[in-house]
Amino acid sequence: MDPDSLIFIFLNAALINNFVLALFLGLCPFLGVSAKRETAWNMGLATMFVMLVSSISAYGINWVLVKFEIEFLRLICYIAVIASAVQLVEMTVKKFSPGLFRALGIFLPLITTNCAILGLALFQTFREYDFFQSLAFSSGAGVGFTIALMLMAGLREKLALAKLPSVSQGAAMSLMLAGLLSLAFMGFAGLGGSHA
Amino acid sequence: MSVLPNKQEKVTLDTFMRGLWEENPVFVMLLGLCPVLAVTNSTMNAIAMGLATLFVLVASSTLVSLLRKMIPKQVRIATYIIIIATFVTIVDYVIQAISLDLYNALGAFIQLIVVNCVILGRAEAYASKQKLGAAVVNAFGMGTGFTIALLCLGTVRELLGAGTILGVQIFSSNFEPWVVMILPPGGFFVLGAWLLLFDYLKQRKEQKLLSAEGAVANGS
Repeated sequence: MDPDSLIFIFLNAALINNFVLALFLGLCPFLGVSAKRETAWNMGLATMFVMLVSSISAYGINWVLVKFEIEFLRLICYIAVIASAVQLVEMTVKKFSPGLFRALGIFLPLITTNCAILGLALFQTFREYDFFQSLAFSSGAGVGFTIALMLMAGLREKLALAKLPSVSQGAAMSLMLAGLLSLAFMGFAGLGGSHA
Repeated sequence: MSVLPNKQEKVTLDTFMRGLWEENPVFVMLLGLCPVLAVTNSTMNAIAMGLATLFVLVASSTLVSLLRKMIPKQVRIATYIIIIATFVTIVDYVIQAISLDLYNALGAFIQLIVVNCVILGRAEAYASKQKLGAAVVNAFGMGTGFTIALLCLGTVRELLGAGTILGVQIFSSNFEPWVVMILPPGGFFVLGAWLLLFDYLKQRKEQKLLSAEGAVANGS
């Protein structure tokens, strides 16, 4: 497959180099809100949306920064934009869909400190993606994040019914599970090789 | 948090040591896991990442503590993030100037120090309420604890995954490297194993305490 084609960029971000399981981005929500499938699904949707918004804004900002040759301000600008994008999304959702706003709750503002979002903006800048490639990349990353979160939530719901030695309950067990999931996702490398 | 809000803490050895063991950011509070797992496939990367985080942590804690009376409550998080981002930009360019190999190995994770929750957590929960001395000492402790945790993972992963530590051959050439340890799943496994070990030690200590109490109760 052509590494610059839109479909490859999408699959690469979603499966081959999954943001959570291969690049270790966004682990805090991955471990924090993966106890139930429903919250995991809502969190995935909200993150996907913020990823799209901040990817588009990051593309615009980088264009301006390069034009004025002030790239050293990139990091500060990106983080400020992400924080305001999250705030904007929060206000929009609250105004137009109060039901969804209540369902997402505290997870919405917490997306600011999700490193998958800043990572996404930085990666698309380093790889010099054009506008449509950035769109494919950010939607792929969002889908991949949601898949990982849902799989983990499903596993943990089953695990709650299993009998475990008392010492292995809690974070250690979740990390082992994540390791096995990550091992399984490495199988996708056959789809087109990794170039992270 | 053992420190009450708005109460000035006296600088003691404990201010420093707490970050190393009792409130270790990685093993106890499970904060900042992304860089912990992502850059610990070799010991060198782990040391570099640990020192970079230590610097940003101490520098931003200093500034936040100095400015704590000037920052308005409503925009404090945004202010902290801008302060942190400034220091991360400095570190980013310094590492680029010192060693380009290291810079390429760490990749975007240097810039991602901005969203490391250990740093923002220290600024919000500690530095913004304490005097300069306590804030700096505490940040040093936390940063050292973070670096030690990175080292714990980095050495184990490099030793098992390549048979070396800091590039020096440890095992004989007959050793078949466990490649999985250098790959992403290895990071999850090694951190999980460390947590299991700590949980086991903690549980055994509690049981010992319990049985000791039981013996005292029986004897009396």
